[in-house]
Amino acid sequence: MSAAVEVDNLVKAFGDFIAVDHVSLAVEKGEIFGFLGPNGAGKSTVIRVLCGLLSPTSGCARVGGRDVAREPEQVRKTIGYMSQKFSLYDGLTVEENIDFFSGIYGVAKERRKERKSYVLRMAGLEERKGSQTRLLSGGWKQRLALGCAILHEPPVLFLDEPTSGVDPVARRAFWDLIYELSSVGHTIFVTTHYMDEAEYCHRVGLMYAGKVVALGAPADLKRDMKAYSLLNLETSDLLASMRAIENQPGIRDTAVFGAGLHVTVDDPQAASAQIRDALASSGIEIRRLEPIAPSMEDVFVAVVEAEEKKQS
Amino acid sequence: MSPRRLRAVLQKELRHIVRDTRSLLLALALPLLFLVLFGYALSLDVDRIPTVVYDGDQSPESRDLIQRFAASRYFQIKGFLGDYHDIEHSIDTNQALVGIAILRDYSRRLDSGQEADVQLLLDGSDSNTASIALGYADTVLRQYSFELRTAGENHKAGMLLPSPVDAQLRVWYNSSLESKNFIVPGLIAVILMIIASMLTSLTIAREWEMGTMEQLLSTPVRPAELVLGKMMAYFVVGTADTLIAVVAGISIFQVPMRGSFLLLAATSGLFLFGALFWGIFISATSRSQVVAFQLGLLTSFLPAMQLSGFIYAVENMPPPIRLISYIVPARYFVKLTQGIFLKGIGVDILWREILFLGLFGAAVFLLTTRKMRQKLA
Repeated sequence: MSAAVEVDNLVKAFGDFIAVDHVSLAVEKGEIFGFLGPNGAGKSTVIRVLCGLLSPTSGCARVGGRDVAREPEQVRKTIGYMSQKFSLYDGLTVEENIDFFSGIYGVAKERRKERKSYVLRMAGLEERKGSQTRLLSGGWKQRLALGCAILHEPPVLFLDEPTSGVDPVARRAFWDLIYELSSVGHTIFVTTHYMDEAEYCHRVGLMYAGKVVALGAPADLKRDMKAYSLLNLETSDLLASMRAIENQPGIRDTAVFGAGLHVTVDDPQAASAQIRDALASSGIEIRRLEPIAPSMEDVFVAVVEAEEKKQS
Repeated sequence: MSPRRLRAVLQKELRHIVRDTRSLLLALALPLLFLVLFGYALSLDVDRIPTVVYDGDQSPESRDLIQRFAASRYFQIKGFLGDYHDIEHSIDTNQALVGIAILRDYSRRLDSGQEADVQLLLDGSDSNTASIALGYADTVLRQYSFELRTAGENHKAGMLLPSPVDAQLRVWYNSSLESKNFIVPGLIAVILMIIASMLTSLTIAREWEMGTMEQLLSTPVRPAELVLGKMMAYFVVGTADTLIAVVAGISIFQVPMRGSFLLLAATSGLFLFGALFWGIFISATSRSQVVAFQLGLLTSFLPAMQLSGFIYAVENMPPPIRLISYIVPARYFVKLTQGIFLKGIGVDILWREILFLGLFGAAVFLLTTRKMRQKLA
């Protein structure tokens, strides 16, 4: 059985700029695959190639075993795409948007009514099916956009930053929908820069400057990071503490995290003593110093900083 | 091509059109506006030319000559001047375009069978009107002097002599030579070209700007279905515009309609295809509504006005420009409307124009779908 989405040595260049640099990855059927990375890392470009909106410079992208560049029309029947920008028709009502996409996705006549009521129910828009789309709030628009993208029950769904600009409650509700879709067999390929959302994914790929720099289940990525240990440090003066402990042997990295610092170290025991000494001699008061388990955000920051160091 | 997808696009576009009431009303008011503006303002008729007279002779003969001018519908006597030099003043102050000066010995010279001079002074700064006025004045004077001569000869011979050549003039198709009859049918063609390409020039650029184009490109909908669906929706508006323009031309401007309404409808439809596709093509090329609108206006208005032959005869243009005019669809449609309205001719004569309009529509359609098939970047 072939993977739902396969990307093999994909390169996409815009003139001299290489947006996607030899990316390879595979997403299994029914999987929720999260694509993370800073803005401009090339996530959207990969999705656009997979949706047939851009043609690859070299390499290969397959959806459902079909080459996107060779059989774009076949591929388009099997995917749903939700772009970063809200892209339904503002001037049409909720129902009219659904009818339109139902028509162009070629949903069979006898299935249309059922699909429409499913989408209305799923998006919670049954009461508002007659209102113009421009009048909907962000969360509703986004659920409607998702609904329109799944009218034809596509095996694979591409969601490009679907939750940007949506409040936390709506984001949560949206992820519940994504789980629901995944549980009935949809493969979901989603980009995001919210690290908490990355935790919801079955597997994530981390993209940086056009390359995939980490790939795996969130738990695995965090475990890999445990080669180093992470300390949470809270002090009376954050910036002074950073300066005091930076460049000390055994301390790999410091990053501001909320009200404290996350310090990546080789040996937590030795490093703790070292930090206490260094801060005491600088006259900084330690409020909290403890080993913690890394979050996806730590993984993200660590990987990105490692890449930055490699490049400079 | 899937009828289901085509229907979905058509329905969606129709909804956009109906929702955007202001644009729709404007689109329907435009043909009337253009027709009234150009139909009345673009009169090429030269009549009631303001004329002043200096009659130095004050004789029955000189008054008879002035009466000839006054009786012609082309001249309107604005005043009689007491001094020859006042003519110059009248022309300088734009009170008159033509001054007629009859000298003191006019009747005396006529009576003695000598040549009697009449001086015509014309404002040549508007050379076109001046030369037309000159032509009219010449005709009036020739006719008058011919009559005087035959009267003299008849008198001498004591009998009626037959005149040597008598031209029997008959102007066909526009017997009163009114320029509106010639302008209005062509104007209808020009108006439709402008409106049709403006109607559709925004339609794809808007989708690019709104981001909906990206969504559409990810769906199975094909470029041909999008282009056709959009064209069909605006075709409804274009047909309404055609109807308004034709009815207004016939009722307000009293333009004779001698040909077949069916042929007019069919050729208008054919022309609309091409013009609407042209707007869509512009829209697909520019991707921004502002650029699309300007390009649409520029590429429809200018060629339709200047190169269609609706006022300025294409035959008189320098060869390179004439060559360009061959690819201006309005040129063919102007020929068609003028031919159908005024001459009442049919397909047997107009088939070339019809064929070209068909080819133009098909070519632009193919070009547009090809343009749309290109990816985001």
